Amino acid sequence: MLPTPSTSHVDYDRIYEPAEDSYLLLDTLSSPSEVEFLSKQFPQSEIAPLVLEVGTGSGVVLAFVTGNAGHIFGRNDVATLGVDVNEFACEGTIQTVQGAVKDAAAASGNPGQFLECCKGDLTSAVKPQSIDVLIFNPPYVPTEHLPILTGMNYDSAMTSSQKFERDSHLLSLSYAGGADGMETTNRLLDELPVVLSHRGIGYVLLCAQNRPHDVIARIQAWTGDWTAEIVGSSGKKAGWEKLCILRIWRREPCP
Amino acid sequence: MKVLTLNFLTCARKTCKQNPAAFPLHPKEAELEQIETDINPLFIQNMLPRLDWEAMKTVTNELGLPNLPLETPTAEALVDESSGEPSQTLKDLHSLLMETSVASGKLVCANCGHEYAVKEGIANFLLPSHMV
Ligand SMILES: [Zn+2]
Repeated sequence: MLPTPSTSHVDYDRIYEPAEDSYLLLDTLSSPSEVEFLSKQFPQSEIAPLVLEVGTGSGVVLAFVTGNAGHIFGRNDVATLGVDVNEFACEGTIQTVQGAVKDAAAASGNPGQFLECCKGDLTSAVKPQSIDVLIFNPPYVPTEHLPILTGMNYDSAMTSSQKFERDSHLLSLSYAGGADGMETTNRLLDELPVVLSHRGIGYVLLCAQNRPHDVIARIQAWTGDWTAEIVGSSGKKAGWEKLCILRIWRREPCP
Repeated sequence: MKVLTLNFLTCARKTCKQNPAAFPLHPKEAELEQIETDINPLFIQNMLPRLDWEAMKTVTNELGLPNLPLETPTAEALVDESSGEPSQTLKDLHSLLMETSVASGKLVCANCGHEYAVKEGIANFLLPSHMV
């Protein structure tokens, strides 16, 4: 068992608390089949891979990937980068990842190289074709409205009720997915062919209500030999929040 | 914001995406800080081919940092010939790319002129809704 990063410093009143979806990502990314796939996709002789997590929240997933880079990729020259719309999440993520890297180094593990966690909307500030592995645990719950991204007040001079309202809004950004729970995920999917490198892979978490099989069919219709496959799932029996993880990649890496 | 990260970021505005002037972002009024980290020679070696060397020369120059070599150093230049240890070139690159950070200041797009703020090391690329 690889160590799960500590997030005890994170304030769950305003940052998404690691839950079943987060842990499904950890289990999937470190599963023997994904480890094998990733080491084939990024052979040690090739240039250093760059990992981007979109919507890091507590930072537990990015910290896990960075701290265990040697295990997951079979190499430790892996750079990792995070982005979140929530400023508190950026601060929390930095602390979580730095802690995991320190713990890994102390346990003579093989951590990667953490670069940054920036505040931003999805991949809007990322240079095209630069990401080798993109990880996204989206706001996937179907909701009537999609919360707006901007205009949040981070001033410390606020009344308690203003703070409460702001924090509730920040939390809603981490789960409220709009129509079919897919509004934000659809925007991210549109960005994937732009932001991924020729050998790039996306890992996107979906719930049953997002209709994963429809999403796969849509990806397979993209120009450029794209495909997608379910590489991890949980809650198989009943429950409306059955989760799965899609791996999205080009069958033939373009030159 | 580490100097290395600037190699992977661009202006967040859709209208700037196709414009070469939107990369790299130009640091302005930057307060720098130096944070020591363990050197990973393999990482530097395998990261160098990914760098837009001209862009990195521009930003290090604008930050008032020591000049980068004219061309991307070769793998041989990263190892000290006699000892087999990391060369001074490698140590300098590690210090510049991984240990030097913009603690606060702005990152400016040369195409649209938009300024992205950096506060306590965190860059804010969230645009006001009318600019997206
Ligand atoms: Zn611009």
